[in-house]
Amino acid sequence: MPPSMDQARLRTEQSMQKYRNTPNHQRQRLLDAAFKNLTRAAAFLVLALLLGILLSLLVGAMPSIQAFGWSFLTSSDWDPVAEKFGALVPIFGTLATATIALLIGVPVSFGIALFLTELCPVWLKRPLGIAIELLAGIPSIIYGIWGLFVFAPFFSDHIQPWMIDNIGPLPGIGFLFQGAPLGIGVFTAGLILAIMVIPFIASVMRDVFEVVPAMLKESAYGLGSTTWEVVRHVVLPYTKTGVVGGIMLGLGRALGETMAVTFVIGNTALFSTSLFDPGNSIASALANEFAEAHGELYLASLIELGLILFFITFVVLACSKLLLLRLKRQEGRQH
Amino acid sequence: MNTSIYRRRRFTNAFNMTASMLTMAFGLFWLAWILYTLLAYGLSGISADVFTQITPPPGSAGGLANAIYGSLLMTLFGTLIGTPVGILAGIYLAEYGERGWLAPATRFINDILLSAPSIVIGLFIYEVYVISVGHFSGWAGSLALSLIVIPVVIRTTENMLRLVPNSLREAAAALGAPRWKVIMYVTLRSAKAGVITGMLLAVARISGETAPLLFTALNNQFMTLDMNQPMANLPVVIFQFAMSPYEDWHTLAWAGALLITFSVLSLNIIARWLGSQKTPSH
Repeated sequence: MPPSMDQARLRTEQSMQKYRNTPNHQRQRLLDAAFKNLTRAAAFLVLALLLGILLSLLVGAMPSIQAFGWSFLTSSDWDPVAEKFGALVPIFGTLATATIALLIGVPVSFGIALFLTELCPVWLKRPLGIAIELLAGIPSIIYGIWGLFVFAPFFSDHIQPWMIDNIGPLPGIGFLFQGAPLGIGVFTAGLILAIMVIPFIASVMRDVFEVVPAMLKESAYGLGSTTWEVVRHVVLPYTKTGVVGGIMLGLGRALGETMAVTFVIGNTALFSTSLFDPGNSIASALANEFAEAHGELYLASLIELGLILFFITFVVLACSKLLLLRLKRQEGRQH
Repeated sequence: MNTSIYRRRRFTNAFNMTASMLTMAFGLFWLAWILYTLLAYGLSGISADVFTQITPPPGSAGGLANAIYGSLLMTLFGTLIGTPVGILAGIYLAEYGERGWLAPATRFINDILLSAPSIVIGLFIYEVYVISVGHFSGWAGSLALSLIVIPVVIRTTENMLRLVPNSLREAAAALGAPRWKVIMYVTLRSAKAGVITGMLLAVARISGETAPLLFTALNNQFMTLDMNQPMANLPVVIFQFAMSPYEDWHTLAWAGALLITFSVLSLNIIARWLGSQKTPSH
């Protein structure tokens, strides 16, 4: 090493040594630590938020938990006058609407994701992708008002009578489709939820389909596979954890959706086996009754409903997130 | 034999591809139907009165002025409270989060909060704020909305900061800049467009939110700019008016629905356009 370079390094080190204990250096170090802690506090706030939500709901629900215990989950009473409450009907409504939403939404989302990744001309990809995402951008209350004033009347005039006549008498599933064509009810709520979760599921599916290495797909095409065979035997097996993650995300959304369901589900605490009858979901019961609820036990029961909803969606969304993380790790290994 | 298998494979393929195209059409069909309905029912209700008159009792003329101002105020404060927290936490995740348990845990919980039912957020603010203050208020509404803003902003801020090349950070550090200056003046600045995109998406998300406002801000028939009072807001007014039996209230509800949808959708489109304009390259 030439001597001049050694000298230069020495000079740098000396000047750094001189700088190290100046007031400015100390101030910057202090600011650095303060800034880091500030951002860390903000991150902590997110965790605190989750704990806070759980704790506050638990405290708020205490009177009802003490009064009813586990029977709250299995009783179908909902009588504010006699102060007897049970969550069975709203829980059933929540699960039923979410199930209908997935039964319709998952195949459609899969088709859309397939179209966007395999069939769509490149210049159409972006506009169509945005259009589907706009479907997710429409506020839930708009789905509600549209469902109540436009879709429900159309459904009860044109589609529901046909379903009651043709599916209603079938053995096995017929009992789900009986009753009067009211337009509103559990089935309508599920159908509208399906439209609302399609963009979420479809965009996750599209994203995970796009991570499939082109080489894999091209190899299959090279062996003479049709597009469908490539999707069925290469893309789907490669992305299945991600696909299930996307479905769980949609399920989480469907379970907690409030306003659209509140408009069209009919809001009654009576239990019925027919999906065409009005019903109730956890979120719609809260939206309808909470602001007007009087009495400690009534309020506490509604809050306990909220706690149940939060718990169910938390578990579903956590599963979804874990599955998607697993796909990401697997993808990292293979590259 | 071989031709029959071949034909069957071709048929399956054609059938499924057609089905896929139909599902795409199915998705677009609902979007078109909803937008068409909004224009058909909403446009006739839009007039100057909507922006200047307050919500009327049934049977008399009026507008949505108090609801529009209430929504604007609460969205504004919700964004102002939520964004800084979201950006700071996003910075932590992207810049300081390589080691330790806090960053992965926060990222995980944040993604769950992103999709958590918003009505539960309303319940939470009711429990911790409305009960202790003793009445519904605009502040409670803003707080509830800010809790919805935070996860959205965290997510986009982290993603955008991660796209900033490390060489930029190293270059700034080599010039002797302390870490906080590197982040604030170099990293965050070059990710600015993306962070603003996230903020706009959050605004779009909360300006249509109804559920968290139902028992925080409640509603108010009169004009008020006092954030300590129950406050009218478009979504709750639409809910109340649409569920009522009065024809003229329905008209106003449709006008409000049109206003909300088109502001939310244009915010979404602006945000996406901005996001695609100046994202830092990989």
